[in-house]
Amino acid sequence: MRKFVISAVFGAVLAASAVVGSAFAAGDAVKVEGQDWSFSGVFGKYDKKQLQRGFLVYKDVCAGCHGLRQVAYRNLLEIGLTEEAVKEYAAEFEVPAGPNDDGETIVDGELLVRPAKLSDKMVPPFANEQAARVSNSGAFPPDLSLMTKARMNGPDYLYALLTKYEEEVPEAFLKEYKEKHGEEFVLPEGMSFNHVFPGYQIAMAQPLSEESVEYEDGTEPTLENHAKDVTAFLNWAAEPELEARKSMGVKVMIFLLLLSVMLFALKKRIWSDVH
Amino acid sequence: MSDVQWKNPVVKWVDERLPVFSLMHHSTVGYPTPKNLNYWWNFGSLALTCLIIMIVTGIFLAMSYTPHASMAFDSVERIMRDVNYGWLLRYLHANGASMFFIVVYIHMFRNMYYGSYRAPREMLWFLGLAIYLAMMATGFLGYVLPWGQMSFWGATVITNLFSAIPLVGDDVVTWLWGGFSVDNPTLNRFFSLHYLLPFVIFALVALHLWALHVVKSNNPAGVEIKSEEDTIPFHPYYTIKDLYGIAIFMIIYLAFVFWAPNFLGHPDNYIEANPMVTPPHIVPEWYYLPFYAILRAFTADAIIYIPFGWFFITPKLAGVIAMFGAIIVLFFLPWLDTSKVLSAKYRPVFKQFFWIFVINVLILGYCGAKSPTDTLFGIKLEIVSQVATFYYFAHLMVLTPLIGWMEKTREVPNSIAAAVTKPTKTEEA
Ligand code: HEC
Ligand code: HEM
Repeated sequence: MRKFVISAVFGAVLAASAVVGSAFAAGDAVKVEGQDWSFSGVFGKYDKKQLQRGFLVYKDVCAGCHGLRQVAYRNLLEIGLTEEAVKEYAAEFEVPAGPNDDGETIVDGELLVRPAKLSDKMVPPFANEQAARVSNSGAFPPDLSLMTKARMNGPDYLYALLTKYEEEVPEAFLKEYKEKHGEEFVLPEGMSFNHVFPGYQIAMAQPLSEESVEYEDGTEPTLENHAKDVTAFLNWAAEPELEARKSMGVKVMIFLLLLSVMLFALKKRIWSDVH
Repeated sequence: MSDVQWKNPVVKWVDERLPVFSLMHHSTVGYPTPKNLNYWWNFGSLALTCLIIMIVTGIFLAMSYTPHASMAFDSVERIMRDVNYGWLLRYLHANGASMFFIVVYIHMFRNMYYGSYRAPREMLWFLGLAIYLAMMATGFLGYVLPWGQMSFWGATVITNLFSAIPLVGDDVVTWLWGGFSVDNPTLNRFFSLHYLLPFVIFALVALHLWALHVVKSNNPAGVEIKSEEDTIPFHPYYTIKDLYGIAIFMIIYLAFVFWAPNFLGHPDNYIEANPMVTPPHIVPEWYYLPFYAILRAFTADAIIYIPFGWFFITPKLAGVIAMFGAIIVLFFLPWLDTSKVLSAKYRPVFKQFFWIFVINVLILGYCGAKSPTDTLFGIKLEIVSQVATFYYFAHLMVLTPLIGWMEKTREVPNSIAAAVTKPTKTEEA
């Protein structure tokens, strides 16, 4: 048994050291503060009210520039929105309608379209990357469906990104930057200063501030709450399976622990006559 | 083989025509196994468990996966979101690959510690190395399939290594790609090969087990089986022990799957492949990192490069040769080890060098993960990886034979049975 523990520990150390290495390699990203998320931890669950508030923030603020193309409108039912509300929301967008009875998809040079339905994927704000760049002075607002998984410490990073803007580049930062890099930090025209974005300059102007969105459930409309709620919503968009995954995990682990104990007892018994 | 009398008439009928039941009996109940195997001997059955899990989850993934450059990424997301338990399949498969490698690395180090590669088990060791090579290829091909940024750029960097081959290098790379860059034809062939290789591995595993059953298991004492006293039947003793090991392994593996499914992956692979944007750091999967470090250790000004320079070998080619060489030398290990004693248990000097070697490999892994300009204990990683690369080869090619000749080994027990019976007080005195 002792030997087995040692081997398990050894395996874990081997894995961990490799992991720590690769994690470090992911970039010189600035350390971000860890936040309390309802969905982290062994029993983590989404807070549906929070997801709904987050959706509101996404819909009213981010959706103008960022798409969620992996998410279908019907998925929004999972965060507790009513079917009516989602149908109404989907119908605000247009998708290609496909061929009409004459087999045409384009009539008089116009693509045939219809309002989006529950089964459609969420329609992105721009038709393609070029169109997005044109509307954002050359910068490209990435799709957000997988954003929390596509960054190291995803949710914590996102929250920090949204809250760590500065109107003016702080003096202390300028000094530290010069000491470290030997040259002045200059913020180019049209860029905003952000403490956690790689390179400290981001082409997205601070999207959220106090009272960006009106909450209906009485939650304070602070910058922090907006950022937290939209991050939780985006984490749901990236990992809608999280609750099912963790709750299955708990059941499977209980089973495996019992099984291991029983197998160990059986092993002891079978081996009791070996000298 | 027909020493068993089958009572069940159906079993008997089949067995007389095709002795599958006798074969099964022969390789389990009738298979004598050393009675002193410790838990390090669990890792073989764990590796087989991993292979089976990989093949089963892989086949189901392939049912919903689309190997096309413009659809692969979204098809993986569809598996994650819309296929019933697709997230479970994919996370089992992605984390299963890492677990498979951890298990196989422990299995290999176990063999090195107890001298299991030594006569008469050389064939077993070769087949193991062939499996390991095929696993490396399979893992690399598989990592390309989700068509994220690391998939694409990892594939680009690794296939580009072949351009170091003199004269035909560039043509080889074009041939591998099926075009002039990593693109749809590359993805298609990688999928085809990723589906094929695990079955090649399966066949190699069958040979590996066949070879094992001819020469029998080594054991912590490193002495061969001499009499019946030394052995116990595989079933039920080791079937239950292996099952217990599998249960513990599943706890560790599934903890990753359920609570940290992306911990061993790279966040950049959740960004769709984009040939126009190069990620700041291109890092391979963790299990290749030591070899990646060896590859990168050969810079034009490295001391270890000098001998290659005499033969007009470019630093890049030197790195590629060393990287493949790092596995090729392992094939010679049965002869490089000159000791009369197999098990490190009775080799006080080798035992210490073994652990230094393990640490050296971990350091190489660390160097592979980080940028060469980073530091470890204040030393630039470029230097660290050069020294560690040198030590890797020095350990296997110089220290191992030398220690074998010079070491004063401890007394080896006469038999397995003698190794397990604790000496009585009077004997000790
Ligand atoms: C006016 C358009 C606009 C709005 C509104 C907007 N963004 Fe952005 N966003 C951008 C642009 C442009 C970029 C690319 C920035 C760059 O690459 O420098 C970006 C980048 C991002 C990134 C990527 C950061 C990274 O690490 O690469 C995230 C995350 C993000 N935005 C989240 C949000 C969220 C959440 C909201 C809503 C609260 C939002 N954005 C609202 C334009 C916008
Ligand atoms: C030796 C066994 C195997 C190993 C080591 C292996 C390894 C991998 C790896 C590392 C990935 C990338 C996972 C990710 O990051 O998403 C992958 C993906 C994939 N593999 Fe395998 N695999 C094995 C067997 C198989 C088999 C037998 C099949 C099919 C029959 C298969 C089908 C797939 C498919 C379709 C994908 C893409 C989906 C995805 O990315 O999750 N694999 N494999």
